[in-house]
Amino acid sequence: MIHLLWLIPTLPFLGALILVLTSSSISRRAAAIIGCSTIGLAALITVLIGYEFLATHTEAYRHVAWNWFAVSGLSVGFSFHLDALSLVFLFVITFVGFFIHLYSVAFMHDDAGFTRFFAYLNLFVCAMLILVLADNLVLLYLGWEGVGLCSYLLIGFWYDEEKNGYAARKAFIMTRVGDTALAIGLFMLFGVFHTLDIQEILTQAPKLWSPGTQTATIIAFLLLGGAVGKSAQLPLQSWLPDAMAGPSPVSALIHAATMVTAGVYLIARMHGIYELAPLAQLWVGIIGAVTLLIAGCSALTQNDLKRVLAYSTISQIGYMFLALGIGAWSAAVFHFMIHAFFKALLFLGAGTVIWALHHEHDMFKMGGLRKRMPVVYWTFLIGAGSLAAIPLVTAGFYSKDQILWLAWASAKGSPWFFIAALTGAFITSVYTFRMVFVTFFGAEKTHTAHLPGKLMHVALMVLAVLSLVGGFIELPHTFGHVTLLSDLLHPILPSTVLRAGAESSEVLIQLIAATVALSGVLLAYIFYIVKPSLADEIGSSCFEVHQLWYAGWRFDALYNLLIVRPFVWVSTINKRDIIDQFYTGLVTATEYFGKTFSRTQTGVLRWYIMGITAGAVIILTLSLFINR
Amino acid sequence: METVAVEYGLILAGTLFALGLISVLVRRNIIFMLISVEIMLNAAGLAFIVAGARWGQADGQVMFIFIITMAAAEVSVGLALILQIYHQLKTLDSDAADKMKG
Amino acid sequence: MQATFYIASAVAVLATIMVITRYNMIHALLYLVISFLAVAIVFFILGAPFVAALEVIVYAGAIVVLIIFAIMMLNLKEEAVEQERIWFSGNTWIGPGVLSVILLGELIYILVSSASPEVSSRVIDARDVGLSLYGPYIIGVELCGLLLMSGIVGAYHLGRQKKKVVHRFLEQTDEWKQ
Repeated sequence: MIHLLWLIPTLPFLGALILVLTSSSISRRAAAIIGCSTIGLAALITVLIGYEFLATHTEAYRHVAWNWFAVSGLSVGFSFHLDALSLVFLFVITFVGFFIHLYSVAFMHDDAGFTRFFAYLNLFVCAMLILVLADNLVLLYLGWEGVGLCSYLLIGFWYDEEKNGYAARKAFIMTRVGDTALAIGLFMLFGVFHTLDIQEILTQAPKLWSPGTQTATIIAFLLLGGAVGKSAQLPLQSWLPDAMAGPSPVSALIHAATMVTAGVYLIARMHGIYELAPLAQLWVGIIGAVTLLIAGCSALTQNDLKRVLAYSTISQIGYMFLALGIGAWSAAVFHFMIHAFFKALLFLGAGTVIWALHHEHDMFKMGGLRKRMPVVYWTFLIGAGSLAAIPLVTAGFYSKDQILWLAWASAKGSPWFFIAALTGAFITSVYTFRMVFVTFFGAEKTHTAHLPGKLMHVALMVLAVLSLVGGFIELPHTFGHVTLLSDLLHPILPSTVLRAGAESSEVLIQLIAATVALSGVLLAYIFYIVKPSLADEIGSSCFEVHQLWYAGWRFDALYNLLIVRPFVWVSTINKRDIIDQFYTGLVTATEYFGKTFSRTQTGVLRWYIMGITAGAVIILTLSLFINR
Repeated sequence: METVAVEYGLILAGTLFALGLISVLVRRNIIFMLISVEIMLNAAGLAFIVAGARWGQADGQVMFIFIITMAAAEVSVGLALILQIYHQLKTLDSDAADKMKG
Repeated sequence: MQATFYIASAVAVLATIMVITRYNMIHALLYLVISFLAVAIVFFILGAPFVAALEVIVYAGAIVVLIIFAIMMLNLKEEAVEQERIWFSGNTWIGPGVLSVILLGELIYILVSSASPEVSSRVIDARDVGLSLYGPYIIGVELCGLLLMSGIVGAYHLGRQKKKVVHRFLEQTDEWKQ
């Protein structure tokens, strides 16, 4: 069964190919069937392969599909590498992807670009699968750019509106900044190891570098640059909120569950290099911690339902980066998985709400939806609970609690990381339940146009179940002590080194985390249910701060000032291309001389001979004077 | 056998060349120009012969033979051209053939 | 021997001056023959009997005859001489004359100012020339063959008279019918 691995990325690609080639002649039904069945089959194969993989206790499986290119010493193949890490990602991508496809059939039903949408979505899944299955960094980069392209296409899916195209371009260009860093990192890796095979690099790196080597640090920072761009972390985070211009399923799949976590995957995959570059790893943690705080603050102030979720995504990926930074590799992957479930669920739920209310994004114009859409309400509540890490019942609690505890207890952790993570957890639960209370409670403010159908409900419910039970594959020592995921990942990712004497703090920290999460919910309840006027009062008393957070800490304005405007200025003064001026001058001079000298072209033969003679005389005279 | 100083041979060649050059520049009749070119070519050949004689080598004469070959070819093509020009323009004036002026 | 050289040189220069000052082309060509013959004598004195023979046969013979035939074909009348006289008069001489004299002066200066070795008295006969021609210069001989071939083809092509068709309904007005 495992030899069918190549089918997993190929099937979505075939789907995309068929949809693109037949886009004008195919019916919606056929397009939906092709789009969903290819992903469904891929998911099925993933399950079968995963079962075999677990049953036979395989370490890793490598499949070379064909040789891509071979140039003097560099041989790059379409070769796939399956191990526990890529298996987890495969599972999430194909499963969440499949349910989002199902949901999209209903969501996009009346859209003119139905076939196009599924073609892009299939292409995206294919690229993402290539990314996680790649056994060399070139193929990984192909997938990396492929998902970037699909992200661009899907953010600008409704390209009739100018701002959507603008958001798409912004996302593409900002991630491209990171991609460039990544590309340079790959060049440097090739320069050092003369190969781009990931496993080869990971085995050779410890032999070649001692911890803290400068080259290793530079490469690790460059890879981090790529990861930061793709995963919307500080300082390249500001594209993600704008990326919400795309359809909600796209936000769910690409900008929450899969693509934005590619940075997490990259760092986890290249963990060997980060262990040799402690400085870079520390910065991964710092970026994660700072990002989760500022994105959380911004999420507190947003009115747009999807923008709240976008900032929350940035914040949650910040948690994953924090986990990577403290060496809690499997905790990061665990949180990635759980986050994919509940964030996809939340986005789909939000999409349903927005869809039902005539594309109304402002949640303060919603309200009272609890009774109109009970299934959506309950699933959304589960997702929100998981995001806010409501203790014991939700999966989010287990994954986030692990990160919180390790931020305190791991050898690379520190109290600062812990405080940041804890504050972030509090903010998370506040803005999550603010969203829930404002949207679903209170009086009905907008009339619901159409209620969600069966397909949407199925997708929501499956994801809700996963958001609840997904956490039980990894339970803390104090509570059940199940370590399925970390056992699975252990051969690939080293386990976290704990600080001496920190084991005992686990219960305490779990209690603190649970209290913080619940108090956040309570605070949101007081502000938005009990005394709604209180929120406005605080908002107006700290108007400046509110505005700052609302604008995402004004990073866009900062970049506008620092990068865009100088660039525009330079391009304005260079409008007529300074380099070009030189060549234009050359042309003008040539033209001038050509016209001048063409007057000597009299057509009178004797003048030409005269010229030749005069030239001979001059040259002879000169040579006489110079020689003597 | 008394011999001649090389410079006198070369001065003779130079003089003939200069005379041919003057004629080429002054004449408007194309046939005269052709004749003058022949004088100049002959002068160049003479210089080769003198140089060959100076070193007692056959190379100068070989060069003269090449020049003579070239002169023969040039005259045949040149005369054909002159006939064409006369046919087209009804004159031998070289200044009349100035359609190529820039 | 030296006297012969100077006499021949003087004849050559004088004959050439006559060539370039004639109005009548046939006269000029006859002086040209004399000039070539004088140069042939110079060749002979310089120890190049084979080339002297070639000079007489090819230059004084073939080339001059070719030009005379061309002139005959042109069928020039007395007006041509008159025309030549008109063109020749005036100050067209000054510029070219000055330039050529400068050139000649410089050449003579260069030649005289350097040491003047004697010409070797060895006679280089046809045998030496032949050995040299078909030895190291064989490629040059072949190129000359190509040149002559192209000369023939070029002369034939250029010498052909094209039919001048004024209009397809009119008779050909060309008297140069082939």
